[in-house]
Amino acid sequence: MAYYPGCTLKTTAKNFDASTVAAARALDVDLVELPRWNCCGTVHALARDDVMHYLAPIRNLIRVEQMHEEGVVGEKKVVTQCAMCFNTLKRANLAANEDGEKMGKIRDIMEKEPEYSGSVEVVHFLEVLQREGWDRVRQRVVRPLDGLKVVPYYGCLLLRPRGYGIDDADNPRIFEDLLEALGAEVLDIPYKTKCCGAYQTVHMKEVTAEVSHRILEQASEAGADFVATACPLCQFNLGDRQKEMARLFPGFENIPVVYYTQLMALAFDLEEEAIAVDQNYPDPRPLLGERGLI
Amino acid sequence: MEKNEQSMATIYVMGKKHSVPADLTIMKAMEYAGHQFKRGAGCRGGFCGACATIYRTQGSYKLQGALACQKIVEDGMYIAQIPFSPAEKKAYDLQALRTEASTFLEYYPEISRCLSCNTCTKACPQDIMVMDYVQAALRGDVVEASRLSFDCISCGLCAVRCPAEIVPYNVGQLARRLYARYVVGPTEHVLEKVKEIKEGEFDGAIEELKGLDRKALQERYNSREMRV
Repeated sequence: MAYYPGCTLKTTAKNFDASTVAAARALDVDLVELPRWNCCGTVHALARDDVMHYLAPIRNLIRVEQMHEEGVVGEKKVVTQCAMCFNTLKRANLAANEDGEKMGKIRDIMEKEPEYSGSVEVVHFLEVLQREGWDRVRQRVVRPLDGLKVVPYYGCLLLRPRGYGIDDADNPRIFEDLLEALGAEVLDIPYKTKCCGAYQTVHMKEVTAEVSHRILEQASEAGADFVATACPLCQFNLGDRQKEMARLFPGFENIPVVYYTQLMALAFDLEEEAIAVDQNYPDPRPLLGERGLI
Repeated sequence: MEKNEQSMATIYVMGKKHSVPADLTIMKAMEYAGHQFKRGAGCRGGFCGACATIYRTQGSYKLQGALACQKIVEDGMYIAQIPFSPAEKKAYDLQALRTEASTFLEYYPEISRCLSCNTCTKACPQDIMVMDYVQAALRGDVVEASRLSFDCISCGLCAVRCPAEIVPYNVGQLARRLYARYVVGPTEHVLEKVKEIKEGEFDGAIEELKGLDRKALQERYNSREMRV
């Protein structure tokens, strides 16, 4: 199926991209990156009346339709990994199918370009795994994450708004199911779907550090070894912002934060480039070494 | 060709009506109408990008762009020249850059405003996929941004049309410079030639040329060795 990585997975989240592609390959899930793609449109596209900002996601969906027409992919489906890209593409896709007036305006602006029929399905990689079946994931595990205590952190964009999310917004299971299939011990924290501070991180990093610190505090209290994320921005705020947390909260102890696909690559015993932990902060290698996982 | 009414076209240059032969380019038609180009004309071959022009045809809402030396006039065309497009061009030390998205964002942060509306691509008289190379730059793909922008002649039409006020051709130029410096790297024959120049191998020849008069220079130029 068509794979839309998004800008972040090509820049500050290369470890998410590498581990995703490798984990998919290990499960024989065929991901074909779009030969031409542009920015998903990010949050701007979520404003209902801002038609101009729908062009970016719609254009990507047109490219997926073209890939299907040309026989590059068998299914009219696009899988994304970045929670922001997923949310934006999916919401634009639903608008294209439900809001005729808006689509008319978009067609007018995009004149002389191929039209979007609305037939592409936008899915998140976690959904792809769910459809493949947790048993299939379990069977592929070579090195179970036995005794590894992991908190799944959803963040906001995968589950909200209702109707767009990949699981129940209040009581999701999908992330837990995956981690259990990998053999990890899953810990539950009340803040697993709370906001990480999101884009406040650009101008007010202290605010973000404070918000993310509360989440990590719960993870530590629960006794977690790792926090697993599914979003590059969550990963940054929960991970890299620990530099600010160390400054703001005396006695704060670092806790490694990794993408769930990195845990998959570990459990599948994939090559070092697939696990790609060198881009993570704090460095998870000491703990992984201690547990005999690398 | 015998002149008749059908072989003439009516064009409007900055609002003034002219009747011009219908098979002329915009540039020649304007000269036919009495205009003299001091700016906005260069190679006359579609290579230099100096003669960017915008026009509308009668009855159409569409604002279009073209190179005046390439586009044949159409009946009812309203024409205005864009001999220069103001653009902030950043100075950077090419030796101290990295082939990453952050390099593009540092010098041209406005690229993050790109809406993917594709107006730039539609405005390009060279049929370059402008939006795609801006997007490639945005994700740090120097190779793709360089490849896609290679035929750019910096006419400026994309920059004039962009609703996000991006100057795509400067972004493309940065991409190609990064590509040349860091992806391809310095080539041996160029390094060798630079060394020869520094060692004064061509000083005598330059001095000799300086002493020649116009006629002798012209002869030298016309009989020069052409290598393709």
